[in-house]
Amino acid sequence: MEYIDRGHVQKKMRTRLLLNKVFKYLFLAATLFGLVFLAILITRVFIDSIGWLDFSFLTNRLSFNPEIAGIKGAAAGTLWLMVIVGPVTMTLGVGTAIYLEEYAKKGRLHSFIQTNISNLAGVPSIVFGLLGLTVFVRVLGFGSSIIAGGLTMSLLVLPIVVVAAQEAIRSVPGFLREASYGMGATKWQTIKKVVLPAAIPGILTGMILALSRAIGETAPLVALGIPALIIPVPGSIFDNFTALPMQVYYWTIDSALTAEYLNLAAATIIVLLVVLFLMNSVAIIIRNKFQKRY
Amino acid sequence: MSSLTSFDPEESKEKNENQSPTITKDRPKAPVYQTKALNLWYGQTHALKDINLPIFENEVTAIIGPSGCGKSTYIKTLNRMVEMVESVKISGEILYRDKNIFDKNYRVEELRTRVGMVFQKPNPFPKTIFENVAYGPKVHGIRDKKLLKQIVENSLKGAAIWEEVKDRLHENAYGLSGGQQQRLCIARCLAIEPDVILMDEPTSALDPKSTLKVEELVQELKKNYSIVIVTHNMQQAARISDKTAFFLNGEVVENEKTDFIFSTPNDNRTEDYISGRFG
Amino acid sequence: MSERLNVKEAIQAKRKNNKSVFVEKMVPVILFLAAFISIITTIGIVGTLTYETILFFREVSFTEFFTTTDLSPLNPTDPKFSILPLLMGTVMSSLIAMFVAIPIGLTTAVYLSEYASSNSRKVLKPMIEVLAGIPTIVYGFFAFTFVTPVLQEVIPILDRTNVLSPGIVMGIMIIPMVASLSEDAMNSVPNSMREGALALGATPLEVAFRVVIPAAISGIIASFVLGISRAIGETMIVTIASGSTKNFTFDVTQSMQTMTAYIVEVTSGDAGAGTTAYFSLYAVGMTLFVFTLLMNMFATYITRRFREVY
Ligand SMILES: Nc1ncnc2c1ncn2[C@@H]1O[C@H](COP(=O)(O)OP(=O)(O)OP(=O)(O)O)[C@@H](O)[C@H]1O
Ligand SMILES: [Mg+2]
Repeated sequence: MEYIDRGHVQKKMRTRLLLNKVFKYLFLAATLFGLVFLAILITRVFIDSIGWLDFSFLTNRLSFNPEIAGIKGAAAGTLWLMVIVGPVTMTLGVGTAIYLEEYAKKGRLHSFIQTNISNLAGVPSIVFGLLGLTVFVRVLGFGSSIIAGGLTMSLLVLPIVVVAAQEAIRSVPGFLREASYGMGATKWQTIKKVVLPAAIPGILTGMILALSRAIGETAPLVALGIPALIIPVPGSIFDNFTALPMQVYYWTIDSALTAEYLNLAAATIIVLLVVLFLMNSVAIIIRNKFQKRY
Repeated sequence: MSSLTSFDPEESKEKNENQSPTITKDRPKAPVYQTKALNLWYGQTHALKDINLPIFENEVTAIIGPSGCGKSTYIKTLNRMVEMVESVKISGEILYRDKNIFDKNYRVEELRTRVGMVFQKPNPFPKTIFENVAYGPKVHGIRDKKLLKQIVENSLKGAAIWEEVKDRLHENAYGLSGGQQQRLCIARCLAIEPDVILMDEPTSALDPKSTLKVEELVQELKKNYSIVIVTHNMQQAARISDKTAFFLNGEVVENEKTDFIFSTPNDNRTEDYISGRFG
Repeated sequence: MSERLNVKEAIQAKRKNNKSVFVEKMVPVILFLAAFISIITTIGIVGTLTYETILFFREVSFTEFFTTTDLSPLNPTDPKFSILPLLMGTVMSSLIAMFVAIPIGLTTAVYLSEYASSNSRKVLKPMIEVLAGIPTIVYGFFAFTFVTPVLQEVIPILDRTNVLSPGIVMGIMIIPMVASLSEDAMNSVPNSMREGALALGATPLEVAFRVVIPAAISGIIASFVLGISRAIGETMIVTIASGSTKNFTFDVTQSMQTMTAYIVEVTSGDAGAGTTAYFSLYAVGMTLFVFTLLMNMFATYITRRFREVY
């Protein structure tokens, strides 16, 4: 006598395989769901921006009259922010990464700093805004200026740069270090001349990610109290400013009153997305170009 | 033109101090390195056990032994690279030119400037050929462009690779073949005019032809440098070395003239090993 | 014929007057200072939040803050400070977000790790991750100007600002996070376990749910927790699309203010420094910070504690 009824198994098998197939397409549909949403979003925003996004939109200043309003001031503000965020996060981020990877002994202090950085990465951006409001705007008296915004943003994206730089440094093969030490180079010479040059692609990719994040972040800037008023195009880091995402924010919430503001917001979003797309393309090119060199 | 002549020969004479510059086979040469009661642990692993070993000037010393016996560990101890492993603990002394390299005040960078190293896998920097060779001199503060050029040329000649690369000095070193890369690494090492060259299985990643080239090079280099070479290849050891040290389980079983080791070794274990009975 | 060189002497000469010893000693100190900035940042966050929160609780009692349900910070005659309406807004919007993100994120992960060929995975994964790179202000715009009107067609009672629409959009924003962290966890399940089950005649579906997901469960749960933490901290989507009504209700068709949106409202309003409304920012910020920090630490803990060793 057989313990297993073959016929029964066969029958069950058919339903099991069918189920497998059905679920496979269900899972595929779920996977595509996000992409479809993304496509609708971009199409929709693009349609809203048609007729509003032209060259004068980029070069005009902000105005309450939607017909002549442009984003020159906001774009300049965003650029100014990057002028601070770029060097500050590069210095602090790479410095921290070198310290953790090359100098710090793997002990309490090391894991404390490491844990601290990963916890900071999870702190909501609005909380960084509160920190910036207290420390930079009020205590240090910078007001709602570019430097206050830039420093707040730098602290916010710092963990991204640190983690990317750490990974880049860690992936520099040991034999390159050995070669350098073997020549009698000191530790710092080895880091400066061998490790960092080899880690540069990874560090740059991380920097681009961090800057993309900083370009799109809105919440911390709102918390710093940047007004929706018409502000002159900033000329120094101590000037007041507005930035592209801030512009999107104010135009969006005011679109209930002036319908055309919705189109202006959409046009600004397109500008923002194009900038982010270009930056990420550069990151991908860097990554592909420098992959597997050893 | 023999490029080696351009490496100030006076220098090597000075090293010998009161010895005659013409070294003959029978005369005892000055020891460059003296290893005394050296013990080394990786954490709990006792990797080197009570090593006593002299290394002589202008000789090729081969280190042989089965895998894991501590050859690499020993050679890396000679320029203190082994200390890059955090768990390493060392006792005993190694005298280099009569100074203990483990002395508190001894600067490792100083030591490594005098003792060059060539690694098992060719490890050029991802820079141009020129920059690779100029790396050492630059690190040690030589900025003069003309001098650097001269050093690069001489070193590449010294490593017998000049003819192959002279027209592509500013191309990336990774475009070279494995054998060329290894000779480039030797050139890089020569650029700081070391006194001793340590080589850890320098030919094990190379094809037979490149191996032959490197072996010939070693023969040539020994006129001006003292060389310590780790090898798994008995023929190679027999071909190119003057002395051979046989390591087993972290101990030196035998250290003798190469001819002697390969003909009439004192220890059975040495005989077993070189005749291929184990390892 | 080349000139005679004296490299050794040149090196020796340089060595005598070099500053390298000093540099070598200073570099780690300077780098440590850079690393220390991240600690100062944390101290800054915890310090300011704590300090101003203490000032807040001098004027408002714990019981009022945590047990009553009225919030009207800018009322000139009788301001009320309860966090419960904000907590409700945060919890409801995050719940909706996770209703979207968990099923879609997890099934996406299953598809990518168990069904997709390595080529289609190489295309699909970065495309899904694009979703995570879109600034949240863009999602806010979209929720407010597109998703809400569309939903209103289906649910006529839906308010112009409501919790439902930003909740859904936030969920979509979080999909890549859940998907890629879960997929990483599933990918680290060794193939031998899959092969074992397949060899017994299991279908890929059964392998996914009986073998892979159970084996990767800690990583998957961690991805959920991190997703929730992200939803709690998300600001712009809810600020724009959920409005600023301080509503203590379960009705997601109405406007409800979240903790994050409250901070935006009060900072962009004109609550002068020193007023109770100003201090309330920090009390709310503190609550937000503690919540997200606990979730992140919890996620780290479960991945460490329950990491399967193969
Ligand atoms: N970084 C390390 N950490 C711990 N133990 C090590 C380390 N490097 C080597 N060892 C141990 O020390 C012993 C000697 O290793 P070593 O690399 O010197 O051997 P070897 O003679 O060079 O071998 P091979 O011929 O394979 O290169 C081995 O037992 C090895 O496992
Ligand atoms: Mg070895």
